[in-house]
Amino acid sequence: MPSRTMYEKIWEAHLIREEPEAPALIYIDRHLIHEGTSPQAFAGLKAAGRKVRRPDLTFAVMDHSVPTVDRMLPILDKDAAGQFDALERNCRETGVRLFDMHSANQGIVHIIGPELGITQPGQTIVCGDSHTSTHGAFGALAFGIGTSEVEHVLATQCLSQFRSKAAHIVINGKRPHGVTAKDLILAVIGKIGIADGIGHVFEYAGEAIRGLSMEGRMTICNMSIEGGARAGMVAPDGTTFAYMEGRPFVPRGKHFQSAVEYWKTLTSDPGAKFDTTVELNAAEIAPQVTWGTNPGMVTSVTSRVPDPAAFPHTDEQKAAAHALEYMGLKPGTLIVDIPLDRVFIGSCTNSRLEDLRAAARVVAGKKIARTLKQALVVPGSRVVKAEAEKEGLDKVFRAAGFEWRDAGCSMCIGMNDDRLPAGERCASTSNRNFEGRQGKGGRTHLVSPIMAAAAAIAGHFVDIREWNVDGAE
Amino acid sequence: MQPFSTHTGMVAPVDRVNVDTDQMIPKQFCKLLTREGYGKFLFFDWRYLDGGKPNPEFILNWPRYHGASILLARANFGCGSSREHAPWGVLDYGFRVVIAPSFADIFYNNCFKNGILPVTLPDQQVDDLFRRTEQNPGYRLTADLPNQTVSDDHGLKLSFEIGAFRKEILLKGLDDIGLSLQHEAKITAYEKGHPQHTPVMYTPVDVKNLAPAK
Repeated sequence: MPSRTMYEKIWEAHLIREEPEAPALIYIDRHLIHEGTSPQAFAGLKAAGRKVRRPDLTFAVMDHSVPTVDRMLPILDKDAAGQFDALERNCRETGVRLFDMHSANQGIVHIIGPELGITQPGQTIVCGDSHTSTHGAFGALAFGIGTSEVEHVLATQCLSQFRSKAAHIVINGKRPHGVTAKDLILAVIGKIGIADGIGHVFEYAGEAIRGLSMEGRMTICNMSIEGGARAGMVAPDGTTFAYMEGRPFVPRGKHFQSAVEYWKTLTSDPGAKFDTTVELNAAEIAPQVTWGTNPGMVTSVTSRVPDPAAFPHTDEQKAAAHALEYMGLKPGTLIVDIPLDRVFIGSCTNSRLEDLRAAARVVAGKKIARTLKQALVVPGSRVVKAEAEKEGLDKVFRAAGFEWRDAGCSMCIGMNDDRLPAGERCASTSNRNFEGRQGKGGRTHLVSPIMAAAAAIAGHFVDIREWNVDGAE
Repeated sequence: MQPFSTHTGMVAPVDRVNVDTDQMIPKQFCKLLTREGYGKFLFFDWRYLDGGKPNPEFILNWPRYHGASILLARANFGCGSSREHAPWGVLDYGFRVVIAPSFADIFYNNCFKNGILPVTLPDQQVDDLFRRTEQNPGYRLTADLPNQTVSDDHGLKLSFEIGAFRKEILLKGLDDIGLSLQHEAKITAYEKGHPQHTPVMYTPVDVKNLAPAK
């Protein structure tokens, strides 16, 4: 058999049918759904008189619109309440397991899948959410789909898909002190731009990727879509297997051993052909901060806001000028001189226990800047929240002046009440700095959790490498 | 789904690269339960001033572009969120065709589920179309899917590429769930054989009473 990439292996293991010129039919192992993109799919299914084919492989959770304050209070947002009712009813009628907003296991769909072991190496995983790429950190083929495709998967447990190209993103060398997984992926997107990944699946490799925890790998894969790629993957290894063992949906005992044997075969073969290769050296990467209105508009914390005239193409010049106007920034301003109004630590990119621990180490014993209007910590799941509280992290954050909230997507997308007001500037550990993403007129700077934590204390961005905190690894 | 064969209509230009789906349909409208009625929300934050009045500076509000049904756009159109509310908004506003140098994957796929024709043309041709649209009030194009061409009344005729399968889906307005269900027997056979590939797939444990911390 010729050398194959991990993507090809998983693709071929799920093929039901493939003919030239037509999309293949691939089997889907895990279908994750949430209240935001599923109601129309269930309605379509019902209208066509179709059934959910595999409710046992479908997992639902409420995350996008859930309040992060007291959930025992009534939901005043009637549109959100309508979404919750619809999801609850649809799951009840079709036998799909639902983690509702009162479940101890509730959280952001991309946090709870891995946390519960629903996500496993070698699987095909889809969800009506573009950050489904997160699950690829386990060596799974995971990508976001539209609502019509959600309906298709509900009805058939399959998806009609064209084969993607494969890109090898190799990050060599060791990650310097103060440089996190978030900085690595922002640097990758800064290098390739936000559209080069179109039509591709990214496989991340290299010493810096191998050295990451599962949490770090999830942060990397999560943002693949921000580089234009629907999916990102990391080959499973000892770190993966150690993370998996003992989680609720992971097989046990001899079944686990045989699973590991299978998972080990998923790695891309030596000599496997990639359509594109991009190489970076981790040692040259500094902490990153976005300055514009897409994740590719990013620079090192030691740099300045760029001059739009310095970009080679007219389109880029126009886009940069427009972005600076929206962001209220002047070319040449030092990144560390940008003052902040709010800080948000959360989202499917950076709200896992490791992220919260690192941020807590930075803020321990300090106070947030008096100029800050709000600093929010929103754990990615209720399990993360409970574990963090067991370690006393909630107390550390609260003592520093942060608000400690319940789990959900929160201010990353602002579908609940957590929004960034117009004209205000936020250091955010989330994934999108699009215009209006966190709230109409809100100005988002994407950063790592330790950068967000340090910025909350200082009131502006800082070179976290100069802070002698062990949170900076 | 409404089939698509040929369409002639007025062109409206949105001259920005990387238009994301958050811009097309902002978050607050992703809480509705229907597929219809999103046209009034399309490009909401650009299109309306605070208080809900139309923003006269936004190009789709210019009287000369009222009634446009072909959207001319820049590279990486539809990037970001997978929300199908974006193409629902495009269609409900009245656009049947979107022309751009490139489209983000998920948005592109979503177009074919909704009877929208996404036309990919090289940068220079898109530049030329922007010029023609700006210079000729009421500029119209005809998108001809069977012949894979875009043409105007002044002799311009451009060819575009589209996959044969996707073309067929649009031409016939096919329900691709129905198509996939024709392979029901293969799906069932696959499910029976699946455990051999991956001995681990179907052994979930009950988490109903799972403690919060592992």
